[in-house]
Amino acid sequence: MRLVVEGVWHAFGATAVLEDISLTVDASEVVVVIGPSGCGKSTLLSIVGGLLQPVAGTVAIEGAPPKESLNPITFVFQDFALLPWRSVRDNVAFALEHHALSRAERDRLVHDALARTGLSDFAGALPKQLSGGMRQRVGIARALAVSPAVCLMDEPLSALDAQTREILLEDFRLIWERERVATVYITHNLDEALRLADRVVVLSRRPGRIKDVIAVPIPRPERTSEAAAPELARLHNRLWRLIRDEAIAADRELALH
Amino acid sequence: MATTSVQATLAAATRDGLLRTPIPFRGGGFAPSSNALLAVAGLGSFLVLWELAFAMRWVNPVLLPGPIEVAQALWHLLITGELEKHLSASLYRIGIGWALGAVGGVALGLAIGLSTAARSIGIPGVSALFPIPKIAIMPILILWLGIGEASKVATIGLGVFFPMAVATFGAIDNVPRNLVRMAQSFNVPFAQVVRKVLLPGALPGILSGFRISASIALLLVVAAEMIGADRGIGAFVMQAGNLMQTDQLLAGVAVLSMLGLLIGIGLSRLERALLAWR
Repeated sequence: MRLVVEGVWHAFGATAVLEDISLTVDASEVVVVIGPSGCGKSTLLSIVGGLLQPVAGTVAIEGAPPKESLNPITFVFQDFALLPWRSVRDNVAFALEHHALSRAERDRLVHDALARTGLSDFAGALPKQLSGGMRQRVGIARALAVSPAVCLMDEPLSALDAQTREILLEDFRLIWERERVATVYITHNLDEALRLADRVVVLSRRPGRIKDVIAVPIPRPERTSEAAAPELARLHNRLWRLIRDEAIAADRELALH
Repeated sequence: MATTSVQATLAAATRDGLLRTPIPFRGGGFAPSSNALLAVAGLGSFLVLWELAFAMRWVNPVLLPGPIEVAQALWHLLITGELEKHLSASLYRIGIGWALGAVGGVALGLAIGLSTAARSIGIPGVSALFPIPKIAIMPILILWLGIGEASKVATIGLGVFFPMAVATFGAIDNVPRNLVRMAQSFNVPFAQVVRKVLLPGALPGILSGFRISASIALLLVVAAEMIGADRGIGAFVMQAGNLMQTDQLLAGVAVLSMLGLLIGIGLSRLERALLAWR
């Protein structure tokens, strides 16, 4: 099974946002999309996830998603998108309630998802009682509960402080090692991209075009090791060279609009 | 070592008569709190002043009876069953009128919040009809529905309907769209998105609509009863005025004040119970 994005174009009114985006994501592959602000990264993710209709182009899953997948394409949102009146447990259950599951089966899926994200002790808490990092863990648990075939993550760490981000990055990596879910991950943070990606897709400033695709050939668990540092620094520089001028130009364009 | 030298420098500076200006505190005020003692004292002095004005004949006692007289009139109303007779008539009208208006208003507000057709037709309609003082259309409602209960209930219902519709669609519009998108991303069916996301998310706005519409209902029931009723607090106040029974009149007004207060307390309790997640 793989995700195929073909010739996607998009515009908001007269403003072109995305130009001819094509990419594939293989099963259990992590593709990180980076680009300057306003380049259409989030728009692309909405289109991939079927929340926005593109002006042109198609998004499809080739091959059958796993049988146990209740929601083959599942989002994790930047602002967590938790229902503030529901407890952690019920926020996760929200993704399951409309499926034909027995009460016991649903409880088991919720229980598992909470255990896998280290939230079991917080099942009864309300979102307002949790830190940002814990809230995003609820977002991850909700996504895992439906066994996604493809996980779409829209800047999941950008609302968090630097330390929490570091902790969750490590958690994401561990979850990936275990779950092997194909993922499209949007960020503007180069370090995040290099920590998580199998491939990094670099978008230009608006209208977003694919500028380059860079593979990260270091196994994920080794990326925090000192041995990997020179190679990662080299990749970081390469990415930064690709993005720097785009980011500066995008900044100036935003100021003038 | 470093600390010692800093201290030494400071000591030297002071000793040598160098200027040492303390930073003045300037962060005070703008944080009023409430004091129960002051509240009781304020209310108490008002009552004492009022009684004094009555006892010392500063004002014509026929025009302004003292607080004790009013309390006596209220007690009399209570033990003779008069109060129950009038209050129950008013509460019945408020209850039915408010319930009908609130249900209709929430339904229209929800429709405006969900459908382009309802929004296109509903918002101009509500905007045109909302500002009409509902008591002004009571005469035509009396012609249509008779002088009995129906026209009073309809006046209250209409008075409640429009603000509830406005409060509801405003509240629905204010539910963060990302929650709706989240639900859609999990393929949650439309009706469940409405029931599990939009309605609970709109509840704070709908409850504050309850607060506004309840005070409108209280206003309208009194006005409607003054126009044509022999029972009800409004009718009682009107009759007392016609007969110059100012102690009775003010007792009726006091009942209305307490009724408004009780409704407010009830709604606050409801908010605390339903919106504990905020």
